[in-house]
Amino acid sequence: MGISAQSTQFDRRKDLLGLKDVSNEEIELILNTALPMKDIIRREIKKVPTLRGKGIITVFYENSTRTRTSFELAGKYLSADTSNLAVSTSSVQKGETLRDTIKTLEMMGPDILVMRHSMTGAPHYVAKNTSMRVINAGDGTNEHPTQALLDMFSIRERKGRIDNLKVAILGDILHSRVARSNIYGLAKFGCEIRVAGPPTMIPPGLDRLGVKTCFNLDDAIRGVDVINVLRIQRERQQTGLFPSLDEYSELYMLRPEHLSLAADDAIVLHPGPMNRGVEISSDIADGDTALINEQVTNGVAVRMALLFLMMGGRKDEIAA
Amino acid sequence: MRLLLEGGRVIDPANNIDSVLDVLIEDGRIAALGNTRHDENMHADANADTDVCLSAGARARAASITTVDCRGKIVCPGFIDLHAHFREPGYEYKEDISSGSHAAAAGGFTTVCCMPNTDPVIDNGAVAGFVTRRAQEVGLVNVLPIGAITKKQAGEELAEMGELVAAGCIAVSDDGKPVLRSDVMRHALEYSRLFGIPVLSHCEDASLSAGYMHEGYYSTVYGLKGIPAEAEEIMVARDLILARLTGGRLHICHISTKGALEAVKQAKASGLSVTCEATPHHLALTDEVVGSYDTDTKVNPPLRSEEHRAALREALASGLIDCIATDHAPHHFESKDCEYGLASFGISGIETAVAVIMDTLVRPGLLDIARMVELFTTGPARVIAEAAAGPAAIPAPGRTVPCLGALTCGAPADVTVIDPDMVRTVDPRKFYSRGKNTPFKGMELKGWPCMTIVGGRIVAEDGRV
Amino acid sequence: MRDRRPRESADARAAEGTDLRTSKSVGPTNPRDQADQKGAKERTVLVELRDKTQIMDEMGMKRALTRIAHEIIETNKGVQGVALVGIRRRGGPLAVRLADLIESFEGIRPPVGVLDITLYRDDLTALANQPLVHRTEVHFDITGMSIVLVDDVIYTGRTVRAGLDALIDLGRPRRIQLAVLIDRGHRELPIKPDFVGKNVPTSREEVVSVCVREIDDEDKVTIQERIQ
Repeated sequence: MGISAQSTQFDRRKDLLGLKDVSNEEIELILNTALPMKDIIRREIKKVPTLRGKGIITVFYENSTRTRTSFELAGKYLSADTSNLAVSTSSVQKGETLRDTIKTLEMMGPDILVMRHSMTGAPHYVAKNTSMRVINAGDGTNEHPTQALLDMFSIRERKGRIDNLKVAILGDILHSRVARSNIYGLAKFGCEIRVAGPPTMIPPGLDRLGVKTCFNLDDAIRGVDVINVLRIQRERQQTGLFPSLDEYSELYMLRPEHLSLAADDAIVLHPGPMNRGVEISSDIADGDTALINEQVTNGVAVRMALLFLMMGGRKDEIAA
Repeated sequence: MRLLLEGGRVIDPANNIDSVLDVLIEDGRIAALGNTRHDENMHADANADTDVCLSAGARARAASITTVDCRGKIVCPGFIDLHAHFREPGYEYKEDISSGSHAAAAGGFTTVCCMPNTDPVIDNGAVAGFVTRRAQEVGLVNVLPIGAITKKQAGEELAEMGELVAAGCIAVSDDGKPVLRSDVMRHALEYSRLFGIPVLSHCEDASLSAGYMHEGYYSTVYGLKGIPAEAEEIMVARDLILARLTGGRLHICHISTKGALEAVKQAKASGLSVTCEATPHHLALTDEVVGSYDTDTKVNPPLRSEEHRAALREALASGLIDCIATDHAPHHFESKDCEYGLASFGISGIETAVAVIMDTLVRPGLLDIARMVELFTTGPARVIAEAAAGPAAIPAPGRTVPCLGALTCGAPADVTVIDPDMVRTVDPRKFYSRGKNTPFKGMELKGWPCMTIVGGRIVAEDGRV
Repeated sequence: MRDRRPRESADARAAEGTDLRTSKSVGPTNPRDQADQKGAKERTVLVELRDKTQIMDEMGMKRALTRIAHEIIETNKGVQGVALVGIRRRGGPLAVRLADLIESFEGIRPPVGVLDITLYRDDLTALANQPLVHRTEVHFDITGMSIVLVDDVIYTGRTVRAGLDALIDLGRPRRIQLAVLIDRGHRELPIKPDFVGKNVPTSREEVVSVCVREIDDEDKVTIQERIQ
């Protein structure tokens, strides 16, 4: 694999920055813990007192209302106090450095910082410079670990397992942090991963990661158990990576006829928000094979599990 | 003032010397190489035709000589750094000629060539003269300015090369940015022939290089936008083609890819006047280290993959690469203490260059120590030699740099002494350079410069100036 | 007859999060004590415990549960509207056994559920490691019902407090009663069980170990002491 797999005990972990350095045991612990968490979401009284008196702050340097809300609800269901630094109205716009912003937030006393940033490595930088625990809610074109965890939870819930499944990831692999985190996570469980997308959006070195590259959907989808469709960023067209959205959807939109190539009980995932008629047809988005709505619920459950597990333990015992 | 460096292994590639000898320095110049201790007759070393026997008189005067015990050490001609950024004028908060000179002396360099991407740019005689004067005021190491190829390094109009040469510039370069226009590069290579100076080219196709690290497996794994090796190779190929067209002397800065080396190899074989340099960091590190998102690993050209590093190491040993240059690029901590994408490119390398090469290449046997000395002395000296000697057409009174990179008798006594056994941990807080940006921080390295002598004066000892 | 088997310390168990019950009855539940106990970093230190006295065997346990089952029927004047909810982990099998007994006496089987109280514990911030969370499995509406909360040992009362909170978050029962196999005293909260198998006076240094065959392959209750 060529990726270092640190096997840390979860409760010794200060931050969750990516799935690259998370062990199988940790992933399983998160997914197992998410099960009782999901039960709580379905209850009349969606609250447990577990994280009473704990503070969670979400800082999103990139817009993503749904991920932020998912984290906030997860914290609230566990009785933590959550608040959000609205980047557009903050001093970030006034040219404050990231370090100063984080220091200011740290001095307000929250325990966990949930961070989304347009630049790869920003949460890693922050984690090194703060005593708060940092959860990466997506950094640049690097990782989006909680999305991959919720995808894995959704897969396991429907398939009963993650191990040794065949998974196709479709779209802009080059820029996708969802793709990367999924690859790192699923590869740890022996999944056969294939990607398909325009050759301009396939990064180098995937074979060394054990990932098979296809240029067309048919090849990628044949026989797979799981299809994960990525959202296409419209602005990529301007950088010349594909000629037009029409051509993209012509070549790469997931349609019902593709599904017939997949395994009989194949499922379709999409991290949302969907571009219907661009990367996914409405027939599939609204069909039984799609877990897209369930993924949203599972996202809250997985984030609850993560917040609970990361908030454990006495601060002084956590190795930074 | 007399100084005797006693009992060291003298490696002087220019004079084909490699043996245990004493070096006598008198009045700032190399007075003699010989043997004062073991042989009453003080015979000259058989290998060294430049040797003179120390006279009986010299021996008699030995009592008044300051003797430095160099046993177990390597005594070499003063090291030359062909490629450093001293930032003055304009960016003194990053580095200035004083802090840079201190850093160079501590790092074992006696001569440093300074890149012109200052503010104002060294694109005229006045700024070049300022740099030379400031260096003389500081008075630690020889500082030779490099002039800009184009005015304001804008890549459009040639700078006044004649004026730059007259003011002491030994080369021209737009380093930091490539000369994108082929016609401008063509004219630079043509016009430079008038002065016999090399054109130092920073090869980068800017339209391909908008990224943060080498493009390859690790850029995929770390999720950072990649810079393909081809961004460098395309420009190297173009410049070599233009060198053939013009007959100009082309020097490729910080060469870092296998393809670029192959192109240079072909060009050299076909008789073109082309040279190239490699940096310690490209020789020592690969793109794998970027995974820490430590901004000190962010450098241009980027740290390459293992394949490229291996090619670089091979070319270094084989002689294809002419010299090691530091590309010393100090930055203020704030421009590195930030997101990886926002951080400035560059490594503050002048204080660690020798130790990095000693530890990562010489110690494991990948590079012969005599070859290393060449790469730091005769190698860079040859690149700038013609210019340093000065073409007859252009009077350059400020320049006194004959016999650079050699322990020739009568030459200015610029000497670098290396202790191959010294072990030290890189601690940027102790740097003389204002730039603490080094990916080598915390590394324990073996083999450090232990004495730097410029013009017969000891300017640094054990890394302290 | 001394059964010398090394047992992991309460902290070690809690560290693995596998066994809430053990952490409750073996170690002091008082967060202060726990905090004091593990100033050091050892998380896998084995505290050796030895059985000092056996206070209940298989027959004894059966008799005690039978009596409790009768008392539950009597107190509730039948089993209409009664449900049993065991606290993980050993309260679970005990609740099932009580339901079996009640069914055999009354011909009606009360619904049985299992409660995981981990998320309601009051000592989470004092623990070095997060315990494992398991699912709560109460697949009936508890609103309006008489719930008998079942646990193996009552000690400080903190687990029961957590159990009450966890239960109430599931609905609004008509009343909650508490059944325990062993009451070992040392209450730190104003909580009193309604049905008790056996009152056992203990010192804080001692450990009450309940084994049930569903989990431990045998039924017995012993008092253990730490070996220095």
